[in-house]
Amino acid sequence: MNIVILDGVLFIASILLIVGLRKLSNPDSASNGNSLAAVALGLGVLVALVYPLETQNNNYLYIAIGIFVGGLIGIISAKKVPMTAMPEMVSLFNGFGGLSAALISVVWMVNNNFAGETTEIGIVLLNLFLGLVAFIGSMVAYGKLSGRLKDEHLKIPFSTVVNIVVLLIAIGLILVFSYNGYLSTSQTILFSVLSLFYGITFVAPIGGADMPVVIATLNALTGITAAISGIITDNKLMLLGGVLVGSSGIILTLLMCKAMNRHVLSVFFGNFSDSKGGGNQVEGNAKEISAANLAIQLAYSQRVCIIPGYGMAVAQAQKIVKELEEVLERKDVEFKYAIHPVAGRMPGHMNVLLAEADVSYDKLLDLDEANSYLESTDVAIVVGANDVVNPSALEDPSSKIYGMPILNLAKTKNVIVLKRSMNPGYAGIQNPLFFKENTKMLFGDAKKSIEIILRELKDV
Amino acid sequence: MNEIIAFFEQNIEIIYLLTFAVFLGFEVISKIPTVLHTPLMSGSNAISGVVLIGAILLIRVTEPTNYFPLIMATLGIILGTINLVGGLAVTSRMLEMFNKKKRK
Repeated sequence: MNIVILDGVLFIASILLIVGLRKLSNPDSASNGNSLAAVALGLGVLVALVYPLETQNNNYLYIAIGIFVGGLIGIISAKKVPMTAMPEMVSLFNGFGGLSAALISVVWMVNNNFAGETTEIGIVLLNLFLGLVAFIGSMVAYGKLSGRLKDEHLKIPFSTVVNIVVLLIAIGLILVFSYNGYLSTSQTILFSVLSLFYGITFVAPIGGADMPVVIATLNALTGITAAISGIITDNKLMLLGGVLVGSSGIILTLLMCKAMNRHVLSVFFGNFSDSKGGGNQVEGNAKEISAANLAIQLAYSQRVCIIPGYGMAVAQAQKIVKELEEVLERKDVEFKYAIHPVAGRMPGHMNVLLAEADVSYDKLLDLDEANSYLESTDVAIVVGANDVVNPSALEDPSSKIYGMPILNLAKTKNVIVLKRSMNPGYAGIQNPLFFKENTKMLFGDAKKSIEIILRELKDV
Repeated sequence: MNEIIAFFEQNIEIIYLLTFAVFLGFEVISKIPTVLHTPLMSGSNAISGVVLIGAILLIRVTEPTNYFPLIMATLGIILGTINLVGGLAVTSRMLEMFNKKKRK
């Protein structure tokens, strides 16, 4: 086919992709945006299949097998995954994209006998490095999110120093190899192993409340490798798509950092999980409340607010919380949800979870709305959130999270914390909220506790 | 020094494109509401599946008898497709959930 027409199609695809992404950032048009992006990428793939190349070996059989197998796995896993497992799924997909980009570098090197111009080798090796880091980093994140890897299994001594040294070695090797314009097979393998090692030391020490930042960053990283792969294969759509993903990932990373009042660098080099939280030890007795008493209190409240966190996802409590909402609204209780931007393990995690349970938009309050609402709330129920309601952020300058904007429960009449036990939260920080005058604890599995409350409410 | 200048001259088109695309990316995506953080992330994650295109372009110039790069590229296509198709499908599932509620 005429090369001009193909280039024209690619140009149209690029515009569709930009418009699609623009629409994806607006609630009314997001669905449309996703479809537009799909059309754009589909066109890009079609053009790539027929574009005239120097050597036309084509190997269409392999391409067909690859797309068929990949498409099948992609669709099935996308259909099967429960909404609660979304952060893991996104990480996994992201890792696959990174590995795919790294393989592009590998294939390029074999096809070109491991030699090329200085800039070529430099770009290809940079792509190999970033692709492998995005891949293994996403796998580590996947392991952490799905609970297969625990933070304490991933303690690397002096991880900050190790990190910087390995990164410098990798950069040095890229410079040397590209200056030579050649590297051997074994050097390539060694470089790959080093890249994988860096990926692990990069992500492993970051955990807990910093997880949404890591996910967003890895997303950006895959976008950047996609863009570099676009340079390698001289494809403008890849370059554009990759850069757009990279920018969106960076924006999300910065947003998440802002929501935690932390500098990006301190997330990646600060070793949040290394120190055991810091802050003053809190002494005191936590008061308990029974589900039956809580039910009565709720029935006679005017305003109730749920503060969800990662624990709600773990306990799968979103549907039962929605039931509680319905029962209490029938009793003329106003019912809202206070969403902290970094609640959960992924940007926007709580919104997706509650949407799955059919909770409507207008009941979700963002940080500022929530904080003014909480001042006049009768009962605030904390379901599996911890660090985002920790008053140390406001009161204790020695605490690790001091200065992080939180949901402030100081003026709320009654605060009920649903919790399994008195263990500190994911970030390993003591939470003085549990010992406050207006706080009571309801121990046990969040889902079971709310089930009991619902049963009791029927009798009130 | 001359090499660096030559490099810029040869690649001026791509440097332009790269710079504009970065600004474009930041402009297009700034001011996203919290509700859309996850769909935007999984949607943009799906877009990074464009690497599939690169894998296709490379496998098409690979020698049909050179099995190692053939297999690597096929694997690249599989992984890229999973990223692309899976990401788009997951995003549309999520957005459907939001829409369903709105109509009520």
